[in-house]
Parts: sequence; C-alpha cells; structure tokens
Amino acid sequence: MFGKGIIKGLGITLRHTAATFIDDMARVPSRYTNAIETPQGKLLRQPPDSKGLFTIQYPEEKRELPENFRYIPMLLYDEKTGKDRCTACGICAKVCPPQCIWIVRDMNEQGKPIPRPSEFYIDASICMSCGFCAEFCPFDAIKMNHDYEMATYDRFPGLVFDKEELSVPTSYYASLYPSAWAAEEAARAAKAAKKAARGKKGGGAGGARRKAAPAKRTAAPARKADAPASSKAEAAPPQDESKAPPDASSPAPGGSQS
Amino acid sequence: MANENQVPEELQQNVFVTSIDFLYNWSRKNSMWPMLFGLACCAIEMICTAAGRYDLSRFGMEVMRPSPRQADLMIVSGTVTKKMAPIIVRLYNQMAEPRYVLSMGACATGGGPFKEGYNVVSGIDKYLPVDVYVPGCPPTPEALLYGILKLHEKVQRQSIRTVPWYRKDTPRGITIPVLGPDIFLPDRADEIRQITMRQETSEEIAS
Amino acid sequence: MTESVVTTSSLPFADAVPGAVLDADQWGIIVNPDKLVELAQYLRDHEGFDYLSSLTAVDYLGFKDRTADDRFEIVYHLFDTKKGGDGIVLKVRLPESKPEVDSLVKVYPGADLQEREAYDLYGIKFKGHPRLRRILLWEGFHGHPMRKDWKEPYYEAEHKPYKSRWPVGHYQWAEDRVPWGDNINYPKGFDPDAFEPAPLPMPIIHEPPEGSDHIHTERIVVNMGPQHPSTHGVFRMIVALDGETIVGLEPEVGYLHRNHEKLGERNTWLGNIPFTDRLDYLSSMSNNFGYVLAVEKLLGDKGKPPERAEYLRVIMAEFTRIVNHMWAIGFLLNDLGAFFTPALYAIEERELILDLFEAAAGSRMMCNYMRFGGVVRDVDEDWLRKARDIVFNRLDRKVDEFDEYLTGNEILMARCVGVGLLSAEDAIALSACGPMLRASGVPYDLRRARPYSIYDRFEFDVVTDDGCDVYARYKVRLGEIRQSIRILKQALDQIPEGPIMNGKPAYVTRVQKGEAYGAVEGPKGELGFYVVSDGSDNPWRYHVRAPSYINLNTLEHMTIGYKVADSVVILGAIDIVLGETDR
Ligand code: SF4
Ligand code: SF4
Ligand code: SF4
Repeated sequence: MFGKGIIKGLGITLRHTAATFIDDMARVPSRYTNAIETPQGKLLRQPPDSKGLFTIQYPEEKRELPENFRYIPMLLYDEKTGKDRCTACGICAKVCPPQCIWIVRDMNEQGKPIPRPSEFYIDASICMSCGFCAEFCPFDAIKMNHDYEMATYDRFPGLVFDKEELSVPTSYYASLYPSAWAAEEAARAAKAAKKAARGKKGGGAGGARRKAAPAKRTAAPARKADAPASSKAEAAPPQDESKAPPDASSPAPGGSQS
Repeated sequence: MANENQVPEELQQNVFVTSIDFLYNWSRKNSMWPMLFGLACCAIEMICTAAGRYDLSRFGMEVMRPSPRQADLMIVSGTVTKKMAPIIVRLYNQMAEPRYVLSMGACATGGGPFKEGYNVVSGIDKYLPVDVYVPGCPPTPEALLYGILKLHEKVQRQSIRTVPWYRKDTPRGITIPVLGPDIFLPDRADEIRQITMRQETSEEIAS
Repeated sequence: MTESVVTTSSLPFADAVPGAVLDADQWGIIVNPDKLVELAQYLRDHEGFDYLSSLTAVDYLGFKDRTADDRFEIVYHLFDTKKGGDGIVLKVRLPESKPEVDSLVKVYPGADLQEREAYDLYGIKFKGHPRLRRILLWEGFHGHPMRKDWKEPYYEAEHKPYKSRWPVGHYQWAEDRVPWGDNINYPKGFDPDAFEPAPLPMPIIHEPPEGSDHIHTERIVVNMGPQHPSTHGVFRMIVALDGETIVGLEPEVGYLHRNHEKLGERNTWLGNIPFTDRLDYLSSMSNNFGYVLAVEKLLGDKGKPPERAEYLRVIMAEFTRIVNHMWAIGFLLNDLGAFFTPALYAIEERELILDLFEAAAGSRMMCNYMRFGGVVRDVDEDWLRKARDIVFNRLDRKVDEFDEYLTGNEILMARCVGVGLLSAEDAIALSACGPMLRASGVPYDLRRARPYSIYDRFEFDVVTDDGCDVYARYKVRLGEIRQSIRILKQALDQIPEGPIMNGKPAYVTRVQKGEAYGAVEGPKGELGFYVVSDGSDNPWRYHVRAPSYINLNTLEHMTIGYKVADSVVILGAIDIVLGETDR
C-alpha cells in the first residue's frame, strides 16, 4: 500500500516519544538519586538498562567526566610550599604539536639557568587539547584541566593564558584525577624512600636542599582554582563593569587586528 | 531573569525603556536561530549539541536555518580556510540584523592547530566581528552551550536605544575578500601595493 | 608492502615492456617516464594489478644523493583486488626543469583527482589529463605549496620543535612576525586592482544518449554548496541541468584544505598523531591506526605492539566503524528529506560509544589514542564491563531497529534502489574503496586482502552486495555494523592482560631511513599513509591516501542522467567527510 512507509515512519517517532517519556517518568526519582551531588551541580549518570539516551540538562546538571578527560592544560604548584612543580625542562614545549607552549626559563644574577619557569604561556586559540604535554612531562607538572567553561568575549589576550592563569594547586588536580594522583603519590613516596635509603648510605647531601622554598604564592590563582568545572554556570552576570561584553556594533576593521 | 541591574546607568531611571529592553532582549535571546552551516570537526560537536543528549531546543534554538536570511546566529564551527572565507563573509552579509557570531573552537578563534597552514585564516575575527569565543578543540557540547549562555548574557545587556541596527550612521556591510594569488581585501589594495612594489619581504615564488 | 628485496631481474614482467623498468629497490620500481602508460597497461591487463590505490608526488629537493635531475618522484601504489596481497609500487622520477609525465587517467580513471592534487600542490604536469586544474586551492594561487622551497607566510623553521619556544620563549603572536600582520603573502609586483579572478569551472556536458525519450530544455548550471545543508560540510557541486536531469557535474573541493600534509612534514613523527584525528573526524581511531601502522613499518621490531595493545586497537577501530556507519545511515536519511529525526535516533548509541572513547582516550572525537608500538593508556575492568554492556546488550538491538524500520521502507527503496549505479568494473577502475566498492559486489576488504594487526584471528564476513546502487551501499553499511559487533564480541572476550606499550613511551621517535605505506580498512575505505623518512625526527613526506577524496572520482560517473534531487542522495551514500577529502 502506498503511504504505508510514511505512516510507519510517523509511528516510529510517536513510539519513541512515548517510550522516552515513560522511561524518563519512571526514573524521576532514581534519575536524581542516581545523580551525584557535587558543588558543581548534579552529575548525570546514564543507567545501563535505559532504552534511550538521557538528555543532560546543562547548565543545571552536568555529565560526569571521566578522569582522563582533557581540555586545556594547567600547571600545578605545591600547595604547602607554593612552589611550582615545573622545572622549565622544556619537554612539553618540544612535544606540543602545534607549538603553542612558550616557556622562559628563569635565570639567576650570574645568568645561570634555574630550574623554574619565569614565564609560561599557552595559547588556547591554538592548543589542540592533545594531551601530549601532560603525557610527557617528567615532573607531573602539567596536566589537562577539565574545565571547559572558558568562553570569552575577547580572544586577545583572553585566551593566551600566562603562568598565573594556568596555575592550580595540587589539591585541585587530586580532586580531578583521584586515581592518577594516588598512583603518582605512591610512586613519589617509593622514590623518596629509595632516595632516603641511598642518602643515608651516601652521607645525606641531597635531601635538605629543596626545603627552603619561599611561599611566594599568596593570592589564589586567577583561574578558579578550587572550583572544578566551576560554579559560574548560573550565568551570574559579571559584577565588574569593565568586564561587560563589548557591543558587537562596529564591523570588523577590514582584516586588521589592532 | 532579574537583570535590571545591568542596564547602563543613564537608563536606570527610564523604567519604560528598561522593561521594553528586557522584553525585547528576552524574546530575542530565547529564540535565537542558528544557521545550519558546519565547517569542520567542530560542526560535528555542534550537531551533537543539537541532538538528543544536549538538546539545543531547550534554548529555543532547535530551528537551525539553512538560509542565512532566517538566521540570527552564525556559529563558525571549524577551520576557516582562505578558500571558504569569502563565502562566510558573504553569508554574514546576507544575515538579517540583529546578527551574532559565535566562534566555536580553536580554529575559528585563532587558526587553531592549523594556524601555520598556508590556506588557513588565523581566526574568523580577521573578517567578522565575533561576539563570543569558545576555545577547545573541539569544544564539548557543554562548552558550546556555555558559550551560548554567555551570548545570551550579552544579548540581555543590549538596549534598544543603542543597538546599532536601528541607527543610520554605522555602515553594516563587510567587504568580501577576494581570492587572488593569496586572499586579499579590496579595501586594502593601496597598503598591499606599497609592500609588493618595494618588496624584499615576500619572496619571488616559482610556479 | 614490498618489504622484500627486489631487483630488476627478480621482476617477472621486467622484460614484458622493454625499457620500462630502470631500476628497483625494496621500496619500489623506478619506471621510465616515457613507458609508464605502457607498463601500467600491461600490469593491469596481464598481471592483475587492476586497482590504482594511491598516487602521489614527493619533492626530494635537498635530499641526500638526489639532484635536480630527479627532484620529483611520482609514486603509484597498485593492487590486485582479486588476489589481494602486497601490491606493487611504481615510481617515476622527474627533473626539476621539466616536471611532466603522461597521465594515467586512460588506464586507471581513478587517477583523475589524485593527479590533479599532485598538479595543484607540486606543479607536476600530467600530459593528457582532461582537466588539469587546481583542485584543493584556487586557480590563480601563487606557487605550488608542497614544494620544499615554498614557504608558508608564518614560516618559522623547517622542522618542529621551534627554537623560539624554549628556553627563551617570550610569547609572540604569529601575526606580529610577518610583514602583513596576517597569514598572507603576495608575489612581488602584485597589484590588487589589476587582478581578475578566474572564472568558475564549468562541468563537462554529457549528452543523453540518442533515441531516449528525452525532452531537451535549456541548460542551466546550478551551484550547490559550499554552504548547503546536503553537502556534508563544505563541498561544492556545480551541476549542469537539462530540466531536472543532471547532464554534467563538477565537484569542487578544497574549502577545508588545512594543509595537513605540509604541516605533517614540519611536525615530528609523534606530533602527527593528533593531526590524523582531524582527518576524518568521525573516525579518529582508525586514522590513528593507519598512521601508526605506517610508521611502525619503519620502526621494525621496536614498533611491534604487545598483544593487549593490538586488541585495544581493534576494539577501538571497530567501535569507530560502528559510529561512522550509524552516522552515515542517519544522515543518508537526512539527505532523503527526513530531516534530522532519523539522524537523531541513529546517533544515540554513538554518544555512548563516545563516552567509552572519552574514558579511554580523553576526548570524545579527537582520541589521539595510539602510539608507535602500542596505545597510550590501558583500560580498566570497569571500562571493559561498560563496553561489553554496550556491545552485547544495546548495539544489536539498535541495528535490528534500523533493519526493521529502514530496510523495507518504501520511501527509502523508492529513492535508493537503482539510483547511482556503479558497476564493479567501474568501481575498480575509478579506485572506489570501502563500502562503495563492496556495494558493487567486489569483496575487497583490507582486513582480509592484506590482513594487518590481528584481524586474521577474528571471524567475520566481508559484506558485499550486488545491487551497485545507493540501497546496496546502505545495506553494506548495515551489514558491516553487524560484522563489527561480531568482531567486538570476540575481541572483548579474548582480550588478554599484559603491557600496552612496546618499550617506554618516548617523545622522540628514531625512525630509520626508508619509505612505508600503511593502510587500514577505515570506515570509509582504504585509508593509507605513505611516509618517507630521511632518518631524522620528522617525516620527509607524509601523504594521506584519503578514501573520501578518492571516492569522489565516482561522483560524476554516478550522477549523470539522474535527477538533481538524487545527486544529494548519491553524494550522501559515498559518505564523505570533508576533513579527509580536503585534508
Ligand atoms: S611543565 Fe613539565 S615538561 Fe613542561 S617545562 Fe615544566 S617540567 Fe618540563
Ligand atoms: S594539549 Fe597538546 S596542543 Fe595543547 S598545550 Fe598540550 S601539547 Fe600543546
Ligand atoms: S578547533 Fe579542533 S576540532 Fe575544531 S575545527 Fe579546529 S581542529 Fe577541528
């Protein structure tokens, strides 16, 4: 019969609508009890036996991100000492495929290099979120942030992150990557134990050198250090008048970027 | 939606305009139709945003219009190449005002990983005024939604008295670039000639 | 590939075409340019090499032991679709002063687009090519950008890593480094006001056959794209119409030409992996797979991945195929006019598979998961449990749903059966690959024809269909989803414990000098990577044999004589992704 296909097709849509509606309604309590309450809002879990797919009511609720999720890198500093983990070894800048990491290694007065960066930039308008920097950093100093809420009204310099903006405390990292953090800490402890054992034998010259790290970081890092996948999702209007978005009134200045 | 506190100082008194503004912006921002137009990888994430899981229709945006005439928002989703740039500018010019541009992904924002490529435009803002930049490669659907919310915020802050599309003094069209030996803007012809005529900078190219 | 040592005398056909073979080594046979067509004809007709898979050029300017007399090399990869197995590599060396060679279009019509690409990017002239025009760039572009002496405007150094990033890496905006303040460069003496843009290319008109009941009307030329909802991205078709009937079609690509290969030569070996993700962005895992296979051939024993890694690769690649085919089917319906709703249903399961990718690799689409000699990260029990859950419980259900709703659907049949016919001979001649080729009844699947990785361990069928039309392509895709599920079930059952990486992960890849062609059966077809190494940390040449691009050879052939609405469906059934087409 001609037209059967159309009726059948409409039937599919109808059936689908009904099924998802029932599925959704049947789970009204469990959907939210199953969700994980976090400071960032509800994280959604798709029940394995559901037939369809759950709609994520972003911004009220968010998808649970896997630990390995990567967006834009972040730099870690030690909370207790305030010291950067980065030693400016430059490996991340070398592996970065689009070459969007810029590092200035610090120097002392004699012009000798000191293992710490004095400047560190990542151009988020180039970064391809590949995660190579985090993968190959030998000091676990650079990791991939999970924060994807980074839309801005200005790209320059809004999307060129400097060291201050990239820095986050290690506790933030630990909260995003619990299992990687545990593994790394265990490895570090094992290494330290080994070193200590060797140090005792050899006279103990190595251990004390690093202790007197200046607690140079006092202010909280600029980029929402302690609010993973931050809470600004309530679309809170910026209080600061200077941060108000520019009006897109003037047409682009014919290719020039000044 | 208590956004009155963002109305510019001089308008605070004017309750009438304020509430018209509020209504005007509120209705615009809740029915902002994007243009159905994808460029590269980011377009796939844009489609996913519109699909079942993230459901763009929650924001009144499910009607993606293939025609620029009916669209309010251009989501530049992917790498803008030189070959494509004139077409994008032409599409933008064809959009009716008010129109907004959201640059999605590293490529549209600044060239992205392909920035060094000889055929890649270093960001759509070289040609179009961009309202919101969403970095990421690709931005996840959530990130795009966040960018759209940012845009809503911005729309909510505009005032009917100052918006440029009711004024006669601002020219609103954008020159369409031309594909010559390399892409160029006809308005910059003099500038270009100055360099190409003296020229040690651009080397002679064998063909 | 031809990894074994080859000499001129060991070639059985060396004497068949006298004077054609000049030399041979383990990487290929050097052919006399004047005899190329003759030799190709012989190989096709008598030796069974009926399939020109890849054709590309290499610029050896400044390469060790090479001079201006053999600066350019054209590399042809020929295969046998009946017997399978290793193919044969022909090379033609051309001097800098006169880079010209006879076109192979007469022997292998599939050389068409690839020769145009080599002309565009390298300036090699193919004598006898019917429309040797630029294809990825536009007519009038200055220079041929893949040549080693052509520098892009933001040129910084030949190879990454750039010195300016470390240890004194003060941030510098690339725009500030160049005189124009932008990614542009003009030749000396260029006057913008005197510039005349080249006219739009017009399609070649194919007259309808004599005696058909065809009413002649006025010819009109219609432009579709690059912004058109049916073109799957930024693809452009210039269609000549006689009434509603297509009498000529000119595909125009390059709107997403992102200079993948030029960047690939600047990048380190490792750095190319995330770039391959962005080729066919619907199936990044397969792209990774093809590239690492190619480089692993150059690495020798160092590049052999351990068992578990092989399994993980296969699992990921098959998941990718499912994702891709679901997308393709969903959007085929979109092209048929069932706007978006079927596509929405079709990509539901995709989201769950992407969640798996995200958990394993970190990103939904740009997985960047494979490394030379393994994979980057192991998966845990929880992941495997979820994967099994999806494969054993959900996917079958979904495919049955497709089957039930679509396969017998009268609208689908009315629009697809008998549309876009492509016979088996034409498919082979035009170098079609993947589901396109198999839907014409040619059982050519690299997983069987040239088994790579551990595909020889799994039971699965090569799905073919003799319909030769759009409907057959749909059915082949559906069948392939089923076969992929079958492979996944086996792989998820058998996956062993063990390491996932051969040796320690290293960011510098020591690659021996040589060449390799690694190919996988990607969801779209044969995805090949041809890499040339001079022994340094960066590829000398990095070429992608892109199935989406080469499948476009068939488009004109398939659409002539159909209605204009069919062209959308026929294009949809090729399943192109512009990131790969244009690279
Ligand atoms: S972040 Fe890591 S890899 Fe990069 S310079 Fe610092 S220590 Fe080295
Ligand atoms: S994620 Fe990749 S592209 Fe981004 S900074 Fe790290 S290495 Fe560079
Ligand atoms: S930003 Fe990344 S994902 Fe988006 S278009 Fe560019 S390369 Fe593709």
